[in-house]
Amino acid sequence: MSPETSPAPAATQPTNGMGRRLLFLLPVAAFAALVGVFALGLGHDPTALKSAMIDKPAPAFTLPPILEDRPGLARADLGGKPVLVNFFASWCAPCRVEHPTLTGLAASGVPVYGVAYKDKPQDARRFLGDLGNPYQRIGLDLDGRTAIDFGVYGVPETFILDRDGRIRYRYAGALTDSVLKTEILPRLEALSAQ
Amino acid sequence: MIAELGHFALILALLIAIVQAILPMAGAQLGRRPLMDVAPMAALLQFGAVAIAFGALVHAYVTSDFSLKNVVENSHSLKPLIYKVTGVWGNHEGSMLLWALILTLYGAAVAAFGRNLPPALKARVLSVHGMIGVGFLAFILFTSNPFLRVLPVPPDGQGLNPILQDPGLAFHPPFLYLGYVGFSMAFSFAVAALIEGRVDAAWARWVRPWTLLAWCALTLGICLGSWWAYYELGWGGWWAWDPVENASFMPWLSGTALLHSAIVVEKRDTLKGWTLFLAIVTFSLSLLGTFLVRSGVLSSVHAFAVDPARGAFILALLVIAIGGSLTLFAVRAPALRATGSFAPISRESALVLNNLLLATAALTVFLGTLYPLFLDVIGGDKVSVGSPYYNATFVPLMVPLIVTMAAGPLLTWKRADLAGVLARLRLAFGATVAVAIAMVALTKGHEAVAPFGMALAAWLLVGTLAEFAERIRLFRAPWSVVMNRLVHVPRAAIGMTVAHAGLAVTIAGITIASGWQQEAIQTVKPGGSIALAGDTYRFERVDPVPGPNYSAEEATVTISHDGQVFATVHPSRKTYPLQRMTTTDVAIHTDGLSDKYVVLGDPQPDGGWIFRLYYNPLVPWVWFGAVIMVVGGGLSLSDRRLRIGAPVRRVRRAEAELVA
Amino acid sequence: MTTRLTLALLLLLAAAGPALAVNPDERLADPVLEARARALSKELRCLVCQNESIDDSNADLAHDLRVLVRERLTAGDTNAQVLAYLQARYGNFVLLKPPVDPATWVLWFGPAVALAIGAAVVIQRRRAQPAPPAPLTSEERARVDLLLADDK
Repeated sequence: MSPETSPAPAATQPTNGMGRRLLFLLPVAAFAALVGVFALGLGHDPTALKSAMIDKPAPAFTLPPILEDRPGLARADLGGKPVLVNFFASWCAPCRVEHPTLTGLAASGVPVYGVAYKDKPQDARRFLGDLGNPYQRIGLDLDGRTAIDFGVYGVPETFILDRDGRIRYRYAGALTDSVLKTEILPRLEALSAQ
Repeated sequence: MIAELGHFALILALLIAIVQAILPMAGAQLGRRPLMDVAPMAALLQFGAVAIAFGALVHAYVTSDFSLKNVVENSHSLKPLIYKVTGVWGNHEGSMLLWALILTLYGAAVAAFGRNLPPALKARVLSVHGMIGVGFLAFILFTSNPFLRVLPVPPDGQGLNPILQDPGLAFHPPFLYLGYVGFSMAFSFAVAALIEGRVDAAWARWVRPWTLLAWCALTLGICLGSWWAYYELGWGGWWAWDPVENASFMPWLSGTALLHSAIVVEKRDTLKGWTLFLAIVTFSLSLLGTFLVRSGVLSSVHAFAVDPARGAFILALLVIAIGGSLTLFAVRAPALRATGSFAPISRESALVLNNLLLATAALTVFLGTLYPLFLDVIGGDKVSVGSPYYNATFVPLMVPLIVTMAAGPLLTWKRADLAGVLARLRLAFGATVAVAIAMVALTKGHEAVAPFGMALAAWLLVGTLAEFAERIRLFRAPWSVVMNRLVHVPRAAIGMTVAHAGLAVTIAGITIASGWQQEAIQTVKPGGSIALAGDTYRFERVDPVPGPNYSAEEATVTISHDGQVFATVHPSRKTYPLQRMTTTDVAIHTDGLSDKYVVLGDPQPDGGWIFRLYYNPLVPWVWFGAVIMVVGGGLSLSDRRLRIGAPVRRVRRAEAELVA
Repeated sequence: MTTRLTLALLLLLAAAGPALAVNPDERLADPVLEARARALSKELRCLVCQNESIDDSNADLAHDLRVLVRERLTAGDTNAQVLAYLQARYGNFVLLKPPVDPATWVLWFGPAVALAIGAAVVIQRRRAQPAPPAPLTSEERARVDLLLADDK
């Protein structure tokens, strides 16, 4: 903003006329750049967040099971093959929305692991009892600490981990079939092919 | 029926605005007086039409006309009458209509009071003003029409967000818009001046009152908003550097710079291009604020409902208004010639420094507000910019500004005697050192910020008062002379003294309130007590209190000092069943020097309640100082030379006073 | 879009409670550690709310992060280590004071550079102007009078 401080009288420095004109054009140029940023910003979701955990190994954790027939989840269970880790909670409405999508995905043979985020075991059991259980393993993250270690900021969030147990992708929000098609499945295929 | 009338009036207003934008400008260019004379009439009619539209919307709200979509979405039949009225501007569509109402009000004011304006300038100013009107009326009609009907008519409305049902918030937007939109006058005058290619002392004298009026309103608007946040949101703070707050603060900063640079144009006939630039930038920042709040490009706690189509429309308006005026500036401003010149130590140099610092401060807020968006859209990292950034960048800029503020008014125009000025500031130096020492002693040397801030406030206050004392020759001349001078001090000079002193009060408030706040967060059962800052807060009981559209639980807390109860306060929690929301009503006991701030939290299973208590020393001074600044602005505005539309006949005499 | 929905719901949940941030049970007994925790909390962003520090926010995640900050401090972490711990998980977004790196140079140094350029332009402009002419008071007065005549 300051370069325009000069409404200077050019009278005494005629050689400077060109530079002076440029100085007056500077605000126009700056504004044009600003409009560009705004135009891009309009189509932009200000709440979308990139995960800081991409390409980092999954954090260490050990979570107890909540269902008798499904084991809990620990860091040691990750790796060997690409998997999906889904953070959910029975009290979270979008988790209900994405549940059929997740069930369909699990039925197609993709290993889906679940983390029940700050949930009471009985509530989570009722949730899965009512809606079906897509998870091969489910860990209970009662204090939400594992979620923080994953950089989760709200459920549901879904992570893709590669065969080395590295986080390769994070999707925040309810999964839909189109998200599955465009974001999740291609990445899983690429990772399986490696 | 009345809603249709309002809708029709709004369309009519748009048509009038189009006429007002075209004919007077053509008249001014062609030198046709009859065409120029269309301007005042059109401005008055446009205001009348928008006023009818606004009145129709108010009527719909007051009568709970749920056939209007806007009323359904934002009102409820059980809402108290006052919030039915203020609910008109508690939503996007209605607030835009208020925007347009105030915009046309300013246009009408120019038409009514601007009799002494040269006809061509007046025609151009009103034409530019009409263009702004076209933009906003079209925006309302095409993207944000409050008069749309809904079928079938629902039995009742959805209500207004409970935290907006508050007197502080009810009057915050009107003042804010009076400020924002008021800067459109300076903008219109600047664009008209660029088209005419003429900026002179008289131009500055016409622009100043409008800018001052807008500045006063904006100061009050920001002050009300901050006060509302303080007592309504229950977090004990009054400013959070939120993007929406910043959106109103940026035009305030550049408007303050404009107010000061216009003085230089008026007195010294220089700094013209810069002043035009500031006039354009200040209103541009107001428009930018509107865009930021309503487009959804920035996320904020206060943002209106997000709609990209509206965002695109406002962006197009920005491109036309800001892009157009800046281009005009780039083409025409280099030709403006300054006649004045000045020495490094002079009143105008102090004002240039003031402008440099205020402009940089505005840039800092601008960068902080927009940088996250900027990085984000160019594919960079997501960053957050919060108060720690502003504390590190903005606050240091204020220090030299305040130091200059005390000395500036003592400097004479053109060439000042620095040694003489410093000598006259001896008292201020003494006060500054004394306050600093006292504060260091009081804090036992553990703190640096509070002594520094208070010393700055003392410097500004005493320096400002010393200048006034000097002006009336206090203690230097016989009483009769002093009284005579006092009576004849121009109101503008008194206004400046008062406004600068007000800032000193605000600085003291900010320093102490942010440095010495104390809090206690505890769970207590009825009968229990909490000690904080030497006082004892005893939690007596909780009672259920039914309300018109909510149910509340109200606690009774007595505050005592040395066993003497001096206040009983009632913090409460309100549950609004319709919105399924719970809000807290903070209880504040103030004695003008400090606030005792009591928030009732959640009940606990053991029968206790969470309480959050704050001791906020000197926090009332933050707003008290701002109100003093507004009073100063008002005094200055009442100066005969500046009074809007008043012929400036007596200027020679006042001028002589100022120069003396 | 769905993310926005999640956030909207989270915000709704957050709004359901009164605006109480720090709860009594979170606080540390050690006043020095507690003061450090509060100071740190003011520099950390509540991720699910917008533009609020975890100190001001009553969101669930903010609560968890406040507890976490206190645990790390109790375990002997320095302030910088606590910030780094969260930065590793949530990125720079969690810091209300953006780190100084090439991407934020404009943010951090822009104002100072602008101020310097502005000062340079003012000084250069002053140098370029002729020495202040002798007192022009009478001429100026004449000019003012002329303008005043215009006004009437």
